Amino acid sequence: MSPIFYILAALTLAGGLAAVLLKHLVHCALATTVAFAGLALLFLQLDAQFAGFAQILVYIGAVAILIVFAILLTRGSELPKDGVFSRTWFVGLVIAAGVFAVLAWAVLQSVRAVPQQAAVPVVTVHDIGNALVGRYVLPLEIVALLLTAATIGAVIVAMHEKERPG
Amino acid sequence: MTIIGVTTPLAGYLLVAALLFAIGLAGALVRRNAILVLIGIELMLNAANLNLIAFWRFGPHPEALTGMMFAIFSIAVAAAEAAVGLGLVISIHRHTNTTELDKINRMKG
Repeated sequence: MSPIFYILAALTLAGGLAAVLLKHLVHCALATTVAFAGLALLFLQLDAQFAGFAQILVYIGAVAILIVFAILLTRGSELPKDGVFSRTWFVGLVIAAGVFAVLAWAVLQSVRAVPQQAAVPVVTVHDIGNALVGRYVLPLEIVALLLTAATIGAVIVAMHEKERPG
Repeated sequence: MTIIGVTTPLAGYLLVAALLFAIGLAGALVRRNAILVLIGIELMLNAANLNLIAFWRFGPHPEALTGMMFAIFSIAVAAAEAAVGLGLVISIHRHTNTTELDKINRMKG
């Protein structure tokens, strides 16, 4: 394991933790962006250049901006009076810790079964494009339809309703 | 990764993904604000993507591009989910004037 991996993992996890723990929603959104960027760098570290740059474009470019817009539109930048954590926070923490324990146990148990260090795969954007319009053309079309439907749906859901008569 | 006895790089990535998933799950379960719950869900989706990419990288047939494609489609679906989710949050805020999940209890039995 290279030291770069440890640095990127620490960056990603610190961003995620800050996103969950910080009080101000705007700070949370910024910390989420740090976590997204760390994940994109981890993708690049895994030789998945296309996925890494798609992550940067989609998450840092679009999702983070959407989150900031939602925070500002819902006046979420004001601090709530009775704390940011729900009353049942301890139960949630126990569930999350349990899930992590199970996952980590499974990973550590299967260390010998999982594939070992492989040669660096040579995958160009050309190959990815060919796969997208060849073998994966049906999922691509479905995703296109889904994105169109989701965009229209989001606009309709968030659209300002007319005042009802009477 | 000698700290906890893990020797393969794949296990390191899987552990990071598991930890990020747990952090996202904790965020979704613990916070009161609906937007923070959505952020937690995004973190969980991202952790799953990291798993997919790591398995693609260290799997036996990376040239088949399966894991990479799955991750790319998952990113697209996550973008759609974020758009619809945040639209719902804005709509709920317009109706109830709050994004605190404890106070949105109109459908509570």
